[in-house]
Amino acid sequence: MAYLVSHPDEVKVVSSRFGKGAASIETYLALDGYSSARKAIELGSDGIIAEMKASNLRGRGGAGFPTGLKWSFVPKQSAKPKYVLLNGDESEPGTCKDRLIFEHDPHSAIEGVIIAGLAIGARMGFIYLRGEYRYLLTIMERAIDEAYAHGFLGKNIFGSGIDFDIRSHTGAGAYEVGEESALMESLEGKRGIPRIRPPFPAVVGLYGGPTVINNAETLATVPHVFRIGAAEYAKIGTERNGGTRLFCLSGNVERPGVYELPMGYNLKKMIYEVGGGIAGGRALKAVVPGGASTPVLLPEEIDIGMDFDQVGKAGSMLGSGGVVVLDDRVCIVEFALRTMRFYQHESCGWCIPCREGTDWLKKTLTRFHAGGGVAKDIDNMRYLAENIMGRTLCPLGDAAAMPTIGFLKKFRKEFEDHLDGKPCAYAEQGDAALAPA
Amino acid sequence: MADVTFTVDGKKLTAPAGTLLIEACRAAGIAIPQFCYYPGLALQAACRMCLVRQEKVGKLQTACTTQVAEGQVFTTESPEIAQARKATVELVLGNHPLDCPVCDAGGECELQDMTFKYGAGVSLYTEAKQHREEQQWSPVVFFDRPRCILCYRCVRVCNEGMDVAALGVQSRGVTSVIAPNMGDHLECEECGNCIDICPVGALTSGTYRYKTRPWEMNHVSTICTHCADGCKTTLGVRSANYGAEIIRGDNRDRSGINGDFLCIKGRYAFDFANRPDRLTKPLLRDKDGQLKEATWEQALDRTAGRLRELRESRGGGAIGVIGSNRTTNEENYLLQKFARTVLGTNNIDHHRTADYAAFVRALGERGRGRSASLRETASAPAVLLLGNDPTQEHPLAAWNLRTDVRLNQARLYVVNHTPIKLERQATATLRIPQDGYGNAIRFLAGDDTALPADDAGRGFRDALRAEPSLLILFGSEYRGAGVARVIEFGLGLADARFACLGDYVNSRGAADMGLLPDLLPGYLPVSKPGGLVEEYGGALPQTPGMDLIQIFDAAARGDLAALYVVGSNPVLRYGIAPETLKNTFIVVQEMFLTETAQLADVVLPAANLYEKSGTVTNTFGDQQLVNKAGDLAGTRSDFEMIVRIATKMGADAKKLVPYGRGVRADMGQSRGAQSGEADRHAVWLAANNLEPKLSPLDPFAVLDEIERLVPGYEPQAGGRAELMAGNDIHLEPPSAPAASSADAGPARRDLVLPAADTLFTSGTLGRYSEKLNSVLEAYTTAARTTGRDGLSPVAAGESAGERDRRA
Repeated sequence: MAYLVSHPDEVKVVSSRFGKGAASIETYLALDGYSSARKAIELGSDGIIAEMKASNLRGRGGAGFPTGLKWSFVPKQSAKPKYVLLNGDESEPGTCKDRLIFEHDPHSAIEGVIIAGLAIGARMGFIYLRGEYRYLLTIMERAIDEAYAHGFLGKNIFGSGIDFDIRSHTGAGAYEVGEESALMESLEGKRGIPRIRPPFPAVVGLYGGPTVINNAETLATVPHVFRIGAAEYAKIGTERNGGTRLFCLSGNVERPGVYELPMGYNLKKMIYEVGGGIAGGRALKAVVPGGASTPVLLPEEIDIGMDFDQVGKAGSMLGSGGVVVLDDRVCIVEFALRTMRFYQHESCGWCIPCREGTDWLKKTLTRFHAGGGVAKDIDNMRYLAENIMGRTLCPLGDAAAMPTIGFLKKFRKEFEDHLDGKPCAYAEQGDAALAPA
Repeated sequence: MADVTFTVDGKKLTAPAGTLLIEACRAAGIAIPQFCYYPGLALQAACRMCLVRQEKVGKLQTACTTQVAEGQVFTTESPEIAQARKATVELVLGNHPLDCPVCDAGGECELQDMTFKYGAGVSLYTEAKQHREEQQWSPVVFFDRPRCILCYRCVRVCNEGMDVAALGVQSRGVTSVIAPNMGDHLECEECGNCIDICPVGALTSGTYRYKTRPWEMNHVSTICTHCADGCKTTLGVRSANYGAEIIRGDNRDRSGINGDFLCIKGRYAFDFANRPDRLTKPLLRDKDGQLKEATWEQALDRTAGRLRELRESRGGGAIGVIGSNRTTNEENYLLQKFARTVLGTNNIDHHRTADYAAFVRALGERGRGRSASLRETASAPAVLLLGNDPTQEHPLAAWNLRTDVRLNQARLYVVNHTPIKLERQATATLRIPQDGYGNAIRFLAGDDTALPADDAGRGFRDALRAEPSLLILFGSEYRGAGVARVIEFGLGLADARFACLGDYVNSRGAADMGLLPDLLPGYLPVSKPGGLVEEYGGALPQTPGMDLIQIFDAAARGDLAALYVVGSNPVLRYGIAPETLKNTFIVVQEMFLTETAQLADVVLPAANLYEKSGTVTNTFGDQQLVNKAGDLAGTRSDFEMIVRIATKMGADAKKLVPYGRGVRADMGQSRGAQSGEADRHAVWLAANNLEPKLSPLDPFAVLDEIERLVPGYEPQAGGRAELMAGNDIHLEPPSAPAASSADAGPARRDLVLPAADTLFTSGTLGRYSEKLNSVLEAYTTAARTTGRDGLSPVAAGESAGERDRRA
């Protein structure tokens, strides 16, 4: 069980029921649970989508696509069944928010799936949990059983005459299936390989039917939008970035944890006030703002609001909300290697640039960090990363290339200092600095 | 789809909306590199070689998945794109072994081509390459794992094309590897299409690997000698001390009737040609009853002398001739002409594997019956398959039907007494009793009492009868009147075309060319030879001769003075007791000392289909050119032997083979040809049927006569040029053959004996193919040790037909 943290700057929307025992349906109902689904039934499909558009809620998986717009793409009429898919394959290093939702507030996820189902006219939803989250499956399945027992799922939900079912499913340990189309392949029982798009899931998705697939946090936010009202929700964040976000603050900060902060919250403030500053009062070296795949920010670049647009302008991405803070003991070469080890291990192998590129980057970084680097390696790695970037079938290649390019661009000197067999001058305490990673 | 106009590299192109950019470009002559893309197979977008720039789109796009739309603007070659492709090649080469100098694919490798084109000439990496041991997956398929670039073509051709799904991907990321279905080996149809389709040298052929290089061979496209589909196979041939050795068969020339396809027989089962026990010297039976080697002149003199003597003393009626299903049309035609004009007998027959005579008569009598070409099995909107198991007996037809269902959403209706693999592609299947094929037609025609029909059966019939256009394929389960009923039924439908499925490469040609006791070439009855009497320059025997069984019955009675067998093994096939033939002078033209040859007085070592030229006609009636590829010193073609024997018997060679009618002025090569250019004049002459036929051993002189005299083989517009260019020509059976049932005399006997070959057998010839035997052995052993019924669903070693016969 993850322990919960808190800070006065937090605006608790999604996390409002965390730590209150809401995994039990009685408590959830006492905390205004399932009222949003009832409201949604009254609003009907068009009403729900209008409300979602008004909320300015953008997808929390990383790409930040407006949720209401995504739902509106699903055709009204379809020969094949439509589906709602909750993407709970939370695997991006530095990201640990969805597990809190599944642990503390699983019913909000269920309710979100129901509302999405009502919006697009689906009769079936799936909750797909990351394979390593198997221990959360019992909580989720109990919650689903409770919802069935209360008539919120199954035939004639909430007495509305509408039928809606939800099944849970776990992955088998592949980061790649966090990618929406690979997840659908996995759920269908195939290798987790991304699909070619178009067609997009809204038209041809799971089992060939029109499908809405959203991140767990996105769908868990949906009931709250209806609970507090779309306009109110939108007001919390910045322009075009409605509401709050669960930020996963980790690394060398005094008080790591998951904090729910309004979109656009200042990153520097998040680290120094919410997170209590750099652990042990050391100097900040770099920040990875949105999960391991996002390009690194230097200390002088972090005075920015944390929303999709402002972080993008700063040359990185808001991503999955995983803020990783690195202090001056961290060797960037080693950090780059760790990152690449992950992507090399998780590359599905389907397309050439990602399969081969991540492997050569890992091999080169391994040798480089071990003191075997030669001058041309630095340019070679940059060349490799730049030639993976934008050339792959799915974003995994970009996810591996982007941070590497960032490290090589912003910390070139640190790489050069590793040349000629020189000992690493940065990781003075070795791996200890990165211990919790 | 409506046409759209878009721009590629500054050129305006037009194509139907939704066409894949890579295909639209190909049609316009713009080549886009590709490893994973393969026409007709599922899209992968995996190799990233086909990246192109689309205006107003951020990233480079894959041309293999981009569908063209109005007004799009693309660039397919630019420094940016070249760099992207170069980087991809560099990445592939990172782990790909640089063993091109010994790799089978060297010289015909797509990765090599791309490396030359985009120049990934510098190695960026210092770490070791990933290495894995090579694996042997089957007697004929090897997998050199490090060479694999994971394009997944093999996986798709096996799964989508073959419906075998014996290949898949194991592991992930850089450790991904193609793996066979049985862990360390394959259980499959051994077609080897995965080898052909492999862009590099990862999948290699058990018969070819490490033997030679592509540029050291001549590549001769000819027709496979095995089943009756007649696939084009390209034989790689190298000089040998005894002539020309065939090293490999493949399908890199995709221009043939078989498109992308070739089965195990076409690809590997040419190896009988190189066997050490091939006969290369004539054998004569000496006074002690032993077969002894002799010279050709001795053997031909002995044969001609004896035959002439017996013809004079006992008459032509005491001589029997048995022809072959694997010789060319020209040889078959010549053989029957020899039998009828020189030996003076209608006692001529062959191993009949389907009732083509009944088929042609039924189509012709009804006037509007149309036969189908093999190509139509890949394009017909609906197909009815009556009997047969094409997967085993007609691999190309089966491939086409699967393709038709997959790409054209064709509807396949299967009627069979036993489950066949093609039912997996079928819209509906009607299971009938083993003896219910005749009743099945009555049922389909509307008679509810013919089969114990349930709703599903009636649904099958209703759906079938509602088809606006239907291709009807029927196996040798239908003969005689049964064939007529199939045609009758089909002609009652909105639109139907027909094909009769027999076995062996030229079974249809054997029947068409009159290797029948009652029918002349073109199915003319022997009683009404018409103009042939004058053409052949003498009287023809006008009463039907003895059929194959009657010939052996006559021998048993002591009434058969001589038996002349060409490329056939009736003694084994029909279980003839050797003593039956003890008073008969037997001549056998054969490659091996078969059961029949062992009884012969003269054995003449024959060339096989890969060692001669001419034409063959597949079971659908598609005529194709056979090109001489291999050569074995000491053997002669059947054509040559027949001509030599006939002339030694006193026949006029010019009457037998109308040679010397060409244009004598054009005998020499044109000057350009001497300096290495194509001899365009010779090509033109050949195409216009004017090439000089200077020799009585030129089969094309006989082809001229066939085209002139045989109903159904009349030259078609562009026909000879198409034929010589290696294309297939569909021949419609004569629309109103004189062979109406009234002329055919008494009811013809049913002498059809299906070959019942599987994918791994091919009659007597198959026994002499080590590759077929090794595969058969592997599967028989596997079946024995695992206790399973052979290979399910591939069911190696036994076809439905064979089960029939045994039952």
